Order: sequence, then structure tokens, then C-alpha cells
Amino acid sequence: MKGLFKSVVVFLVFCFILFSYTATSYCKEPYKIGAIFSVTGAASFLGEPEKNTVLMLVDQINKAGGINGHPLEVIIEDSKSDETQAVLSAKKLLEKDNVLAIIGPSTTGESMALVPIMTQAKTPLISAAAGANITQPVKKRYWIFKTAQYDTSAVEAIYNYMKKKGIKKVGIMTITTGFGDAGRKALLELAPKFGISIVADERYGPKDTDMTTQLVKIKSAGAQAVINWSVGPGQVIVTKNWYALKMGIPLFQSHGWGSKKNIELAGKAAEGVIAPLGRLVVWDKLPDKHPQKALLKKYVTDYAARYRSEPGTFGGHAYDALMIVVDALKNVGPDKKKIRDYIENKIKKWPGIGGIFNMSPNDHCGLDMSAFEMVIIKNGKWEILK
Amino acid sequence: MTLLLQFLFSGLTIGAVYALVGIGFNIVYNSTSIINLAQGEFVVIGGLMMWFFHEGMHLPFITSIALTLLTAGLIGLLMERLTIKPLLKRGNLLLMIMVTIAMSILIRGILMFKFGKDPYTYPSFTEGEPIILYGAVITQQTLWAIGITAVCIVLLYLFFNQTLTGKAMKACSLDVEAAKLMGINVSNIVMLSFIISAIIGAIGGIVITPISLMEYDKGAMLSVKGFCVAIMGGLGRSRGAVTGGFILGILESLTAGYIHSGFKDAVALLIMLFILFFRPAGIFGKTETLRLRKF
Repeated sequence: MKGLFKSVVVFLVFCFILFSYTATSYCKEPYKIGAIFSVTGAASFLGEPEKNTVLMLVDQINKAGGINGHPLEVIIEDSKSDETQAVLSAKKLLEKDNVLAIIGPSTTGESMALVPIMTQAKTPLISAAAGANITQPVKKRYWIFKTAQYDTSAVEAIYNYMKKKGIKKVGIMTITTGFGDAGRKALLELAPKFGISIVADERYGPKDTDMTTQLVKIKSAGAQAVINWSVGPGQVIVTKNWYALKMGIPLFQSHGWGSKKNIELAGKAAEGVIAPLGRLVVWDKLPDKHPQKALLKKYVTDYAARYRSEPGTFGGHAYDALMIVVDALKNVGPDKKKIRDYIENKIKKWPGIGGIFNMSPNDHCGLDMSAFEMVIIKNGKWEILK
Repeated sequence: MTLLLQFLFSGLTIGAVYALVGIGFNIVYNSTSIINLAQGEFVVIGGLMMWFFHEGMHLPFITSIALTLLTAGLIGLLMERLTIKPLLKRGNLLLMIMVTIAMSILIRGILMFKFGKDPYTYPSFTEGEPIILYGAVITQQTLWAIGITAVCIVLLYLFFNQTLTGKAMKACSLDVEAAKLMGINVSNIVMLSFIISAIIGAIGGIVITPISLMEYDKGAMLSVKGFCVAIMGGLGRSRGAVTGGFILGILESLTAGYIHSGFKDAVALLIMLFILFFRPAGIFGKTETLRLRKF
């Protein structure tokens, strides 16, 4: 009974806030934006921080008086990490809620499923997923944008660093999932461009318990560095094996490495591991003049204060997607076509969480390898490599 | 030489855990003729509970181990009393096997709820430099894993051959009806077999977690591999499971090392298929005993 009473009270309070809120600002119509995230299901590790980020931002924007006096309303739908559900959510948002734009979904598969629907509805979609196909070929993606960096940019950042350090022969090991496949393809394709030869190409499963064998093979093939491409426990096990073997060659991880949890799990084995990471993890090491610094600091501290946890890279993708739309609304008002044109042409040198965006008619992502810093772990802390 | 040695030790480590899972399968199979497909889940329980007691609650190492094994044993006991015992009378083996699948899903769900999807780990039993043997690197935890597996095997051997309870369990595996006539309480033996197999699985989890981390859904793959091992060695033969475990572990490691790491799991399953085709009783089983099997 107590629980019921409590929920009734909460409901009433909620209604009260809602009514008083609309009462004060009913003179201007709210701007409606849709959001589709994988809040539950297999990709919930993406959707959860994305949803949290959007909720926090909407509160902040409305508290500051909305967009040109119009309150912002974001309708968040849970796609349950399912493509069909994402399509249904999009249809609901477009037809019932008449949203001006949709941000999300969280995964590449769901985003691809929405491409035809959004194109038909002539409504901008700003995806938070990474797959290159989401925005390429750009001619057929007139209404589609994305805020997550390309996998290829992360590979370029690693190769670029290796070129500077004179590393020519590398061994790669990739996990047998979509993430690993995409990484492997990019690693193999881009190597010749940087004068790098791949001397070993190893794979492992997402539930494998020991990668010593792969590492020993890479070492005996004469590699000067190891690149591991995975997310989840695999990247920690590889790090531990690499440390135990005392391989004497550096270990590079993918852009999926940027979680404090990985340092905790790998312990001292993580010392010296290098990875291309977004500036979110190293915001406090950036020079004060850096255009992203103030933004990152505010995001990290606000998020920590509200949710008592660190925001990950993924929440940042939702941040950028929402703020790009908000920026467009502020300048061109509630017109879908004008919003699209604004995003394509006016988002230039636009500092976000993921990097500094430069959208153009040929690039609907606007991030390249400069979005990444090469980050090394020293004494259990992230450090930027020069 | 160095390479081969490195691959062998890598294989032995994984093989030790496969062997423990395989033995767990056999113990339950011997007393009930069913395959307990939740066997891999006990390994996960072992790893995660150990983390919970040792890292989460900061209990001393030995206390944590004792509590972990106690918890695992209790879960094994509850599982048998609540799901297997009511069905045992009906004697529908397929039904009971399906119940074990349901149990594995249930346990996985609870673990996900409690621990989330992140992997967990704790430090190795002994901190220290890895041992270098002819250029191959062997971590101390690897030796612990292999050593503890060996101790388990010896203890189980003594239990089944030297103690009255052990002999009673053996009798049940040979002929349940005759065992009943001799005054053995078969229901208790079945319960005991679940407890022992749960504890053995948990031991596997405790030793492997510092090497390979542990997350809520690792059990399914371990169940498949452990089942492979039990079939390879001849279902019901614990010595077979041990040899099978080490063979599978080493083969996987050698395949990854000399052919390609992508083929590793395929090779394991191929071997199982070949054994089922040409030696359906397993490498060590006798074909005659196969005809006596209920399942």
C-alpha cells in the first residue's frame, strides 16, 4: 500500500509540474524532436547513457528558456536493440508525434533500417552509430547524418602514429563480431596507404578465455607492434596475456578501449597500452584554449552529478546529435528542409563531444582522425601521447 | 620448440577447465542418466561469487573460497530438490534435460540482474613473475589451474573408490534397481551428485577467473565444450573426461597456433562429430556399454 501511495503522489506531482510548466510557456509551441535508443536489450550499454544524456540536456535547455523561447520536447522511444522495433518507433514518431527530426538509433543495423523511412518522410535523421554505410554513399543519404566517428578514422589515427614512430610490420588480432569484422577490414585496407605491412592476421571469439597463442604467433611473425580490435572482456584478456608474455612490442587497442573499467580489470598489465580515443577521457589534460575543453568539462561534471557515473563515449554521440539539431532549430526554426540544409552547410568547426565537426555535402559525419588523440596508460591514468 | 611449448601450456590451462566441466557432467550422468546442461553455469557462479566475497565484501581469500563453494553446493542442492526430484519418479529423461536448460537460463538471468553484463576479475592466487621454461612463458595462475584440477581428480578418485558414500554412488551408476535393493537411498545419492558437480564447476570458475575474467553469459560456451569433452572420453567415465579435456584444450591451442585462430572452435566440433561417427562410445568407452545406455 505504501508503494502505491508513493507512486500516486509521484504521479500527481509529475502532473502538477507538467501543467504548471505548460501554463507558463503555452504562448510558444514546443519544438518536438524524436529519439530512438537501444535502452534495453543487447545494445543497452549504448542506449542507456544516450537516453540519460538527452534527458539531462533537455532539462538544461528548457531551464535556460528553451530554443528562442520555444520549449524543447524530446520524445524518447526504446528500440529494445531490435531493428523492427526501431522502424515501428520511427513511424510512430513521424506520423503520430510529427517530430521535426529524429536522433539515434544506437546501432548501425537499426540506423540502416531507418534510412528508407526517413528519406521517404523527408525528415532529418542524426544517427549515434558508427557504421560507414549509414552516411555513404552520401548522394543516397540526403536526409541522414551521424555523429559517431568512422572506424576507419580510428585505424588512420593508429597508422599515422605508427608511421611517425617508424613501425612498419604489425600483427593484428580481431574479435569475430561485427565490430571486429569492420575493424579488420579497415586495418587490412588502409595498411598499404601508410606503408605498413600486416605480418599476422589473427582472430578470436567473443567468449574465448586465452589469447596467448595468437600473441605468440604475432611475435614469431616478426611484428613490431600488436593491434587488437575488440570490445568487451576480450580486450582485457589480450592485455593480460600481452603483459604476461613480456612481448617487448607495444600493444594498440581500438577506440573501444576508452573505459576506466578496462584499466581496473587489467590492473598493471594495462601500463603502456596505446589507443586512439575521443577527447572525453582526457578532457582534463587538454590545453585550456582547446575548443572542446569547456564543453567536455561541463558534460562530464553535469553527468556525474546527475547520474553518479562517468559518461562514456556513447552518451557523447547522443549529445552531439541533439545539440546539432538544437543549433539548427535556433537558427532556422521548425522547418525540416531548412534544418537539413543548415546541418549540411553550417555545421563547420563545430566543437562537440566526439570531436570538431565539419559537415559538408560530401560528408555527413564531419569527423576525421583528428577527432582522436593517441592515449597511453601511465600509472593507471590516461595520458595524451604527443 | 618454444612455440610448441607455449601452445601446449596455453592448451593445458583451458583443458583443465574443460576437464572439470566434463567431470561434472559425468557425475550427474552416472547417478541420473541425464545431461545437466546448467553445468557451465556453475563455473560462472564460482567465478562471480568468488569476486563477490573476495573483492566485493573484502573477506579473506580462504573464507571466500569456502563461502563460494558452499553457495555453489547450495544452488546445486536446491536445483536438484526443486526441479529434478519431482520429475525423477516419472522417469522422463528428456523432460529433465529440458529442465536443466531452463535452469541454466534462469541462473544466467539472475546473475545478469545481480552482476550486470560487465566482466569481473580478481588478482591471481600468488603474485609474482611468470616462469620461463625454454623460452615459453607460464603464469603462476596457469600452474594453479592445472594443479588444482589434478588435486580434484585425485580426491574424486579416492572418494569414489575408498569411501562408502562414493562406492554407493558408483553402485547407483552401475544399476539403480540393484542399488536400491542393497538399501542405498538413491534420492540422496542424486542430490549428492548435483552438489558435487556444482562444487567442481565452481572450483573451475575460481581458478580460471584471474586468467580469463568472468561474465554472466560465459557458461553456455563452457557447457558445450564440457559436453564435447564428456562425449569424447565416453560419457560417464571421469578419467575419459580428464583426458578428453586436455586433448581438446591442446588441440584448440595447436589449431590456433599452427593453422589459424579462426578455425579453433570448428576443429573442436569436428573432432566431436568424427568421434560420434566412428567411436560413438567415446575414445575410452566400450561399444558394449553403449547399448545399455538409457540416453
